[in-house]
Amino acid sequence: MLTARVIPCLDCQDGRVVKGIKFQGLRDAGCPVELSLDYERQGADELILLDVSATPEGRSHQHETVRRVREGLSIPLTCGGGVRVTGDAGLLLDAGADKVSVNTAAVVNPGLIDDLALRYGSQCTVVAIDAVRQSSGRWEVVVRSGRERTNRDVIQWAQEVVRRGAGEIMLTSWDRDGTRSGYELDLLGAVSATVTVPVIASGGAAYPEHLIDALKAGASAVLAASIFHDGEYTVASLKSVLKDAGVEVRP
Amino acid sequence: MNNVAVIRTGTANLASVLAGLKRAKCKAVLVDEPGAVTSADYVVLPGVGSFSAAMDELNSRGLVEAIRQRVIKARPTLAICLGLQVLGNNSEESPGIEGIGVFDVQASRFDKTLCVPQLGWNLVQPAPSCRFLTEGYGYFANSYRLTEIPRGWTGATADYGGAFVAAIERGPVLACQFHPELSGKWGAALIERWLGAAGEHSIC
Repeated sequence: MLTARVIPCLDCQDGRVVKGIKFQGLRDAGCPVELSLDYERQGADELILLDVSATPEGRSHQHETVRRVREGLSIPLTCGGGVRVTGDAGLLLDAGADKVSVNTAAVVNPGLIDDLALRYGSQCTVVAIDAVRQSSGRWEVVVRSGRERTNRDVIQWAQEVVRRGAGEIMLTSWDRDGTRSGYELDLLGAVSATVTVPVIASGGAAYPEHLIDALKAGASAVLAASIFHDGEYTVASLKSVLKDAGVEVRP
Repeated sequence: MNNVAVIRTGTANLASVLAGLKRAKCKAVLVDEPGAVTSADYVVLPGVGSFSAAMDELNSRGLVEAIRQRVIKARPTLAICLGLQVLGNNSEESPGIEGIGVFDVQASRFDKTLCVPQLGWNLVQPAPSCRFLTEGYGYFANSYRLTEIPRGWTGATADYGGAFVAAIERGPVLACQFHPELSGKWGAALIERWLGAAGEHSIC
């Protein structure tokens, strides 16, 4: 049967891996090439490389980073950050990405999702959705690293992106990101129940129990960053806890 | 060092395929004309995207017959993902579009109750008669699949809402629904076996 995926995420800025809280206060977390290969050795099921550079100059490191990671990496690689038009995705694929993720640009121009799915296939088209909980109990889509609200309802947006051809949703709780308080399970459950594509849980993981809870809530995959970068857990040690809890994982 | 011709199918994750072959100590070049497909010792047919887009691409470059002849004449060929499906006659994905037609099995969509595309690692279980395929986890990214191994071939199955075809092989021809180039050490070893053993079968 299909196994649950554990996905380390590398946020990159100017060619280095960084980690922040709620996308702010970034600090250096290492070399993307070394970390990627180390995570593959530990048993990572795939990797996500997101470029969070604020400037085009910073972002120019990205293709070179992707190329160098791909030379040694033999597991799937999703890349994102700064993909505005279909051609941006093409450049990432040429550099060695297998999937491309879009976020802000898809909200600004939803037709981008159709274009990517048509050109590269749904299995290549990942839409990242950043969600913030509203007082009404629903969730609103936020963009530009959480700085800007959109008035879009997360559930409706999730349905729309799938209708347009997204093959996977990377769902980040902006309220939980970097807080170590666990993934937002209500959000994961609500989105997973409403779409037919795999959902990657993101934002807030600190302990193996958080990953188990997210998978039980309906996520197909769990993304984490700081718990791996900080060396609190290896991918292997996390997967062994998942396995003991009855979750099917790749050995 | 083996020379491998990788068919340029336009939309595939070609960089990953090339990197995987390079790691297997190959000299891999992209080709897009029939002569190169016919003359190469080893050919890789990658494929992502839709059945009709891939066939359009192959038809417009006049590659269909060259690929069909390689497979029929048992020359070393590795098809990946959609590359496996287009070897068949047709697919539920693109009604009315003819495949390469090496075998008469139609690709069909996974059950509607499943999360589709199937994205992730699934256990590949080969028949004892397989030469290249061994048991292990392969990385899949597909919405359509074959449900029976074509007559005259052997192969491996995996389970996603029921058994489906994970890969098939016949002589030096190997066609994988999963991505060997993305299937870690197990996938890399499979590529190396195909490259090594394939030579024994080449027709000179």
